[in-house]
Amino acid sequence: MELLRDFRSRGLARRCIQAIEELSSGEEYTFMHVCGTHEQSITRHGLRSLLPANIRLIAGPGCPVCVTPAGDVDAAVELAEQDKVVLTYGDALRVPGSELSLAQAKARGADVRVVYSIREAVKLARRSPGREFVFFSIGLDTTAPSVAMEVKRGLPANLSVLNALRLTVPVMELLLGMGDLRFEGYLAPGHVSAVIGARAYEVLAKAYGMPVVVSGFEPLDILLSVAMLVKQLREGEARVENEYSRVVSYEGNQIAQRLVEEVFEVATVHWRGIGRVPFSGLRLREEFSGFDARERYGLEQRSGRDIRPGCSCHLVITGKLSPQECTMFGRACTPAKPYGPCMVSSEGTCNVAYRYGG
Amino acid sequence: MCLAIPGVVREIRGSLAVVDYGGIAKEVDISLLEDVQVGDYVVVHVGYAISKLSEEEARRSIETWKEVLERLGAA
Ligand code: SF4
Repeated sequence: MELLRDFRSRGLARRCIQAIEELSSGEEYTFMHVCGTHEQSITRHGLRSLLPANIRLIAGPGCPVCVTPAGDVDAAVELAEQDKVVLTYGDALRVPGSELSLAQAKARGADVRVVYSIREAVKLARRSPGREFVFFSIGLDTTAPSVAMEVKRGLPANLSVLNALRLTVPVMELLLGMGDLRFEGYLAPGHVSAVIGARAYEVLAKAYGMPVVVSGFEPLDILLSVAMLVKQLREGEARVENEYSRVVSYEGNQIAQRLVEEVFEVATVHWRGIGRVPFSGLRLREEFSGFDARERYGLEQRSGRDIRPGCSCHLVITGKLSPQECTMFGRACTPAKPYGPCMVSSEGTCNVAYRYGG
Repeated sequence: MCLAIPGVVREIRGSLAVVDYGGIAKEVDISLLEDVQVGDYVVVHVGYAISKLSEEEARRSIETWKEVLERLGAA
C-alpha cells in the first residue's frame, strides 16, 4: 500500500530520533514493550543503537511460547505418548518440557504435527474420524478469538483443546508491582491491542500512573511511540495513546471480545519464568468443558521444571537481563539447539538477539 | 505466530477470504470482522483476520506526525 511507504521513510525516522533527543534532553528513560514482533523490529533495525543513549528499550513477556509452563508442555507430551495426534503451532514444537519437548516426543515416534491455525486442526480431525486429536493452544489475546470461534462453531467429536491461552494486561500490571524493575512507560503490543482495544490499558495509566502508547511494528511506528512516551513524561502525564490507529481502535474488535467472553472464563494461571499471575489465563466455560483435553483425559494441572539450571530466561522475560548477559547465550544455547524457552520461538528475546544481533 | 504486515483481500467466499501478501496467497477466516470487501487491507493472526487497516487513519496519523516533527524543529 502506497501510503505505508511513509512509515518506512528513513528521513522521517531520522527526524523522529532528533525529536526524541530534543524532548528527552538527557533525562534517562526506560521503556518496556511486551511483544515478540516489537522485539524483532527493534533488534532487526538496530533501533537501540539509533536512539539516544539516555533512552533504553527493554523486552518484557511478549512471546507466548516462552511463557507457556513446562507443565503444559508435559501434558501435551503425555497425550502424544498415549497415541493422540497432537497439533500445535510450529513455534511450540521445540519448547522444552520438564523432560521432553514435543519435537523430541515426535522423534521417538509420537504423532505430533504442526498446524498454522485451529481451522487446520478441525480439518485434520474431520478427515480421520478414527483417531483422537488434541490441539495444544498457546497464545495471547490475539489468538484466543480464533479458538473461541471454532469451539463455538462446534469442534469435531475427536478433537479437544489443551488450552494455555494467556492475557497480556494482567501480566503488564503485575510487572508494575515488581519493586526491582524500573521503567517509565509501556509500548503496548499492536495486534493484541487490535483485539482488546487501546482502552484495555486505561487501568495501567489510571491506577499506576504509567504512560502507555499502543505501537505498530514499522521502525517509525516504534520511534514515534517512544517520542510520544517521552512527551507524556516531560509534560507530567500518564495517558493511553494510540500510535497505531490505522489498525487499533479504542474499543478493539468487539466481535472477537464477545466471542472470547462467551467461550472462556478468566482464571489465575502460572507463567513460565514469572509465576502465578492473577486473572491472566483463559479456561473453557463449563458448557464447553467437553472440548477441554484436561477434562476429557483426566489430566491434572502439574507444575514442571520451568527454568533449567543455568538458563536466565526468567530474568530475560522480565527485562532484567539482556540475552547476551546469559553465559549460555550462543554457546550452549542457540536457535538450532535451544536450552531455554526464550531461544525457541522466532519471537523469543534470546532467539531474536541471536539472529539479528543487537 | 504473528504477521506484522497487512495483506490485501483478493476474493471472498462466505466466511473465508483469499488474502495476498505480495504474491503469497493465504486462506483467511474473516468472520471476526464486519463488512470486509475485496481490496481491503486486513491484519491476520493465526489464519483469522483481526482488524481492517484504515487508510484514512494511516494518512491522518502520518500527516499529524510530519507536522509535529516540523514543529519540534527537528528538520
Ligand atoms: S540464552 Fe538460552 S539459556 Fe540463556 S537465558 Fe536465553 S534461553 Fe535461557
